Amino acid sequence: MSILVDKNTRLLVHGITGREGAFHTEQMVAYGTNVVGGVTPGKGGEWVGKIPVFDTAKAAVEVTGANCSIIYVPASGTPDAIYEAADAGVPLIVAITEGVPILDMIQVRAFLDQKGVRLIGPNCPGLLTPGEAKVGIMPGHIAKPGNVGVVSRSGTLTYEVVYALTNHGMGQTTCVGIGGDPINGTSFVDVLGMFENDPATEKVVLIGEIGGTDEEKAARFIAENMTKPVVSFIAGRTAPPGKRMGHAGAIVEGGAGTAEDKIRALEEVGVKVANHPEQIPELLAQL
Amino acid sequence: MKLHEYQSKFKFAEYGIPIPRGKVATTPNEAFSIAKELDSPVVVKAQVLVGGRGKAGGVKLARTPEEAEQHATAILSMSINGLQVKKVLIDPASEIDTEIYLGVTTDRAARRSVLIASAAGGVDIEEVAANTPEKIIRVHVDPFLGLRDYQARDIANDIGLPRQNWKQFMHIARSLHQCYEESDASLAEINPLVITKNGEMLALDGKIVLDDNALFRHNDLAEIRDTDEEAPAETQARQAGLSYVKLDGEIGCMVNGAGLAMATMDMTKLFGGSPANFLDIGGGAKSDKVAVALRIILADSNVKAILFNIFGGITRCDEVARGILAALAEVPTSVPMVVRLVGTNEEQGRAILADAKMITATTLAEAAQKAVDAARQNMEQVG
Repeated sequence: MSILVDKNTRLLVHGITGREGAFHTEQMVAYGTNVVGGVTPGKGGEWVGKIPVFDTAKAAVEVTGANCSIIYVPASGTPDAIYEAADAGVPLIVAITEGVPILDMIQVRAFLDQKGVRLIGPNCPGLLTPGEAKVGIMPGHIAKPGNVGVVSRSGTLTYEVVYALTNHGMGQTTCVGIGGDPINGTSFVDVLGMFENDPATEKVVLIGEIGGTDEEKAARFIAENMTKPVVSFIAGRTAPPGKRMGHAGAIVEGGAGTAEDKIRALEEVGVKVANHPEQIPELLAQL
Repeated sequence: MKLHEYQSKFKFAEYGIPIPRGKVATTPNEAFSIAKELDSPVVVKAQVLVGGRGKAGGVKLARTPEEAEQHATAILSMSINGLQVKKVLIDPASEIDTEIYLGVTTDRAARRSVLIASAAGGVDIEEVAANTPEKIIRVHVDPFLGLRDYQARDIANDIGLPRQNWKQFMHIARSLHQCYEESDASLAEINPLVITKNGEMLALDGKIVLDDNALFRHNDLAEIRDTDEEAPAETQARQAGLSYVKLDGEIGCMVNGAGLAMATMDMTKLFGGSPANFLDIGGGAKSDKVAVALRIILADSNVKAILFNIFGGITRCDEVARGILAALAEVPTSVPMVVRLVGTNEEQGRAILADAKMITATTLAEAAQKAVDAARQNMEQVG
């Protein structure tokens, strides 16, 4: 078992003929993901390897029965690609793209909430259910199947933790990158709830960072709703206030969103917080 | 990206928000002419992209054009919190009856734009929020309906605005929200919004912060960026597509990915050092970008050791290694370097750097420890 994606995922790639889209499609297929089609307006009827390209998401969904979309289009076109996938009836959309304007994301999220469509990202590495499906850009070889659920706001920091877990013989159910933007489709709380309900997930790793209050909300959720143990790492203890640390959402504003606040909130509800990412397997072993 | 006060207010004026009829001067002479033309007492206001200019003496009242010239001379030679003042705004002085606060920003938690208003204007709104939160009124804006008239009226009522000012206030609130949306701002604020002794409302001070991610559709705004708010190295990094923030420590960090870059900084502290910078080379960086990044780090004289932490996914370790060699060929240095390459093409990357006299590490903890030790030894040798 796993969450969000598995061997039944039928994936549609938006921007499949672009540089990033083509490269990662090849990687996802090589991993064993069931990529059923691609969308690039104006290139319908072409093929990328063995994958048919469609002009519109609507046509692609009708023909392929896709149940998941991944977005590799530039930031200026990402909101439209998300609306198009949602309108075509895709229930799960993963947006890798970085740099989507925040006012666009406010509308995107409000629209998807009305439609009941789940968005992962944007500005995220996507989803990886080891041995079943890779929907995104995470390097597949660092992960292996197991019982640890991983959720993170970051990309390479997630790889670092997953790599450490795998090296310690601790496999994963699903690795979820929710993205580094201030307004995204799926929060820590959403994913924690899914891991709690997933029979195969026995332990959860939550990787947070400065900015916003998503980790504090996660702490309350863990205290009130979770029976499974959670360990954590929070990046940005040395980040200065008022400066954006790469991710649009990683900023301490008006004294709020510091790493200390988040670590305190998590520790208060019994979550063990690692001093550095490589300590995570050690904390999991102690549970 | 931040706009100056004058840029913000002129933008507000395009939306019909009343502002003082002031002008910008870059010399004391110009300040004199503007004050003379305005034919009234004026306020000379430093235009810098940092807070605290009032306390620093960057805002002065002048009764005559001569006095305006004197103040401009003093203010234009000032540095405020490290930033040289290059422009002053000369506004006619207003007779103020009431000062209020009005702003629009993004509420991350609510995932909505929010109008914030307070009868306690003219002071730092974050202080008001911390000390007297009951004086702050918040109204969220539906992303599809926009700001409705009744919401603006609610705000006027809730901050106790006199009824004769409601109509004008509603116009200002709607205009400010429209300006915020159409500029893709993350903050548009009027502080203070005043009622003058004549009963007219006027935006005395203004501030706009733009969403950097939306600048691609606002070329006019992107062009007026004042790079003074950034350290020169930050401007250089931004233009090269790197994400760099200068810090005060002695260990230069070069990392791929923002979260991992923060974690790497934190690790230097955990092992007894402190980071000289945040630097994310991004995903899939080629060697030329890596070379620019290394030159930026080496230009910081505080740097006593450099820590490279690359977790190859899209980024290839051999590309990074080539970039390091390219930069070192141009800028020879004796600063010790610790390299950790993991992931895509790590073997090739390590082979490329084998002759470069670099300290290598396998784990992140080992890399951080070695960087801290190397920096300490380097400082002892110099000292």
